[in-house]
Amino acid sequence: MKSFLMALVALIVISISANLILQQIGLSSSNASTSFGNVRISD
Amino acid sequence: MLRLLGLLALMWTFAVPSFAQEMPADARAATGGAQNLEDIMRRQEGAKIDDSFRSDLTGNPDVAAATTDQLGTLGGASDPDLWRALRYNAADITTQVRTPAATTLMQDGGMWWLSFREGPMLKIAVYLLGGTLLLLTLFYLIRGRLRIHGEKTGRTIVRFKAFERFGHWLLASSFIVLGITGLISLFGRKVLIPAFGHETFSFLAVMSKWVHNNISWAFMVALVIIFVAWVVHNLPDRTDLRWLARAGGLFGGEHPPAKKFNAGQKLIFWSVIVLGGSISLSGLSLLFPFEINLFGHTFSTLNSWGLPKLFGLNDLPYPLSPQEEMQFAQLWHSIVSLVLTAIIFAHIYLGSVGMEGAFDAMGKGEVEEQWAREHHSIWAQEVLGEPANSKENT
Repeated sequence: MKSFLMALVALIVISISANLILQQIGLSSSNASTSFGNVRISD
Repeated sequence: MLRLLGLLALMWTFAVPSFAQEMPADARAATGGAQNLEDIMRRQEGAKIDDSFRSDLTGNPDVAAATTDQLGTLGGASDPDLWRALRYNAADITTQVRTPAATTLMQDGGMWWLSFREGPMLKIAVYLLGGTLLLLTLFYLIRGRLRIHGEKTGRTIVRFKAFERFGHWLLASSFIVLGITGLISLFGRKVLIPAFGHETFSFLAVMSKWVHNNISWAFMVALVIIFVAWVVHNLPDRTDLRWLARAGGLFGGEHPPAKKFNAGQKLIFWSVIVLGGSISLSGLSLLFPFEINLFGHTFSTLNSWGLPKLFGLNDLPYPLSPQEEMQFAQLWHSIVSLVLTAIIFAHIYLGSVGMEGAFDAMGKGEVEEQWAREHHSIWAQEVLGEPANSKENT
């Protein structure tokens, strides 16, 4: 049972960490399919 | 004579439509070269039409008027020509958008994918998962719980160490959550939106997407853990053939000898590794859209080997547009996941209600000695330090 609970904790930690890391290095999936906010450099 | 002429005229009248089918160029004279009723009817029937009369009509820069003339700046292509070029992905598009696939404005393959995903795909999911649950229920009703035959000793032996159980439960819990959130995504539009409405589903979809995308990393980590921990015990050997020949004693009789993992468990293990690995790969492709393209190159290689022709099929599509890569990845990801889920249903059944004493292996890490002797006799003898039974165990 202890292993199961440890696995659940690891599951949460890995998921949140993965999300934070990917956001930090700009590799979120939403970034891959949308342009950056300031594409238009002049009128 | 007059009657004969009349008959000929009548035959000619009936012959015209078939004549028109054979000579579409003439048939379109009435519409000035544009599509006619015949084309529309054939498209509505889902029949393949040769629409080169439109797709090739995208202008001709060689006959462009001088730029000083009226419409000369269009470069030999009228506005309709340009729209046709966009429609058939033949236009030379430049855009300031630097994301992948930004220059594909219309993608026909998407319709096939959408139709498949909204129809047959959902049926496959229901039949596969529902059918497996039904079969397991029937098996339980007919065979009942697989009991420990001999007298229990009250002694236990260690089956899985804490680290092995940790890896198993990390894989299991992430797989279950991924399965549920994946099914939410798959059945959202067709089932959940009609059932719960757009607003409820919106919340559910956003949440399940976040969870699915991020828990996937835990699944991949766990996959590596169980591979490293158990691959040595899952290499096939001769005992597996004997075990398979007697169907593991599932349908009666004594359980054939087995090492730490029997042939059934080895099949589960390799299914998890191979299918889970494939799901991870296609999942990564979906997680980083357009960055990891798996299918175009694979299709090209399979075509060069002539594999589709061996099965009487046409060559697989190649090259693929970036969107098509994602669509094939999505279908592959879903279908392989569904197959693995069906296999895991059987695994969960046998590891819980289906077999007495089996859950303790992962629950506590220790199993009843008699259970070990019945289900994994060779392994039990090794652990207990008993001499191997040469007749059975070699």
